[in-house]
Amino acid sequence: MNWLAGFFGDPAHWSGPDGIPVRLLEHLEFSAGAFLVAALIAVPLGLLIGHTGRGALLVVVAANAARALPTLGLLVLVVLLAGVGTVLPVLIPLIVLAVPPILVNTYEGVRGVDADLRDAAYGMGLRGRQVLFQTLTPVALPLILLGLRLAAIQVVSTATVAAFVGLGGLGRFIIDGLATKTYADVVGGAVLVAALALAVQLGFVLLDRVAVSPGVRQVR
Amino acid sequence: MITFEDVTKRYRDGTVAVADLSLEVPTGAITVFVGPSGCGKTTSLRMINRMIDATSGRITLDGQDVREIDPPTLRRGIGYVIQQAGLFPHRKIVDNVATVPYLLGWSKRKARARAMDLLELVGLDPGLAGRYPFQLSGGQQQRVGVARALAADPPVLLMDEPFSAVDPIVRASLQDELLRLQSELRKTIVFVTHDIDEAVKLGDTVAVMRVGGRLAQMAGPATLLTEPADDFVREFLGRDRGIRRLSFISAKEVRLRPAPSDLATDEDGRPLGWRTANGLAAYGTFTPETDSLRAALDAALLSANGTAVAVDEEGRVRGVAGRDAIDELLAEYAPPASGGSGEGSSGDGSSEEAPA
Repeated sequence: MNWLAGFFGDPAHWSGPDGIPVRLLEHLEFSAGAFLVAALIAVPLGLLIGHTGRGALLVVVAANAARALPTLGLLVLVVLLAGVGTVLPVLIPLIVLAVPPILVNTYEGVRGVDADLRDAAYGMGLRGRQVLFQTLTPVALPLILLGLRLAAIQVVSTATVAAFVGLGGLGRFIIDGLATKTYADVVGGAVLVAALALAVQLGFVLLDRVAVSPGVRQVR
Repeated sequence: MITFEDVTKRYRDGTVAVADLSLEVPTGAITVFVGPSGCGKTTSLRMINRMIDATSGRITLDGQDVREIDPPTLRRGIGYVIQQAGLFPHRKIVDNVATVPYLLGWSKRKARARAMDLLELVGLDPGLAGRYPFQLSGGQQQRVGVARALAADPPVLLMDEPFSAVDPIVRASLQDELLRLQSELRKTIVFVTHDIDEAVKLGDTVAVMRVGGRLAQMAGPATLLTEPADDFVREFLGRDRGIRRLSFISAKEVRLRPAPSDLATDEDGRPLGWRTANGLAAYGTFTPETDSLRAALDAALLSANGTAVAVDEEGRVRGVAGRDAIDELLAEYAPPASGGSGEGSSGDGSSEEAPA
């Protein structure tokens, strides 16, 4: 508690290039960037594979391979390859981390739509694309959002690794705090990361309320 | 009119679902495809709207080969009702019904107005329009399914075991509702079921199919019951064929005699019972104008003295009919001597297909 009071009570922590607002903003930049790229790759791919049934093996392989990759190891590898000074070293591991949960849940969501419903949609005269966007996607939306939520939380939590390669973000408090034995900073940074993850969680709960049809939410 | 010309469906593994099927589905009537599972009835139905494409042969809709029409366009012009209703769970009832009008580019207002009319037509409370499918019972969902199929007023309706997932009482009311609708709308309906009683009740024509996708017999329900083409059809029709065919003979012609004095009535002339030494005994009634001979016979069997009481629409006694009067009419409708009467005889299973 003292550490927390010490960390959050210190006015020096609230301004300047290494203050909480700047670090938080940096953290959000990495996270949002990686998350958006991952979503742009994984959602369309998951929809397409779930809809056509082609490439399902890709989902399994990608999911397992990506889960097995150590984020930190990948980070170091990309730094070695791309060099320090760009955000690329932190974005790539985070994207690799975020793709599998989105891809797997989107795919499972679409594939899991009742066969009768699919049949009815085609039988009414919907074209393939209309079946995908007017029937499969709305019905699979709870699972798609679940995948996005899991990915977002993982990315926000893991973006602390940016500090390892000299980049900003909330990880700075933790890494620097450990290095200088300033434990108030370590705890404060960890609390901020956890709070951010909770905020993301809350955001997705609200999004679910707005975006998912009551007819679908009730069924699950 | 829909015609099947030598239609065969063979799957890659060699299974033949439908073999050389040729038949005509008349316009404005209900044609039922019935048969045990694996007989190809659903496959045959789904080849009409190209949910499945035939391997060979052709299916024409009013003279045009369905294969020449792009499937989504074809399907938008054909109503389609399936077993589990298949409603879109994320859409409100009104928007479910308006699915095809939306696809056809109707304005939202016009499509919804049409949907509301249809909900009423299929006997649903318009107050359900804003609900979601999960909030409706199975029977209500199935009605919505029928309304959705009718939304763009297609001339043809394909119904794939639409009522088999609901309980028997709801099923009976849905069947009655369909017959009522059909008497107004006169659609060309192809109806698939495995339930022969449903087939006989709904069909103007019944096509009985056997496993392997072959047509065993195609005939009106009364003819089917009297003159099954072979043992397979006879067995499939099951017991009580003789009694069941009485459903297709009107009781209008039953000769009535004046009610005897031992039939007690109230002051309005409604029957109370047969007077006996031990008080009033049981009686059965039928309405000659609207009931079948089966109902008349049933009424006779329910009466303590074997005499059926004929009543008018208001339930007032019009006369009585003894078993002799019922037998007399039955004799007129006796099955032809030529065939089909030998219940249990197994020698004449020779005719593979009935004359279409």
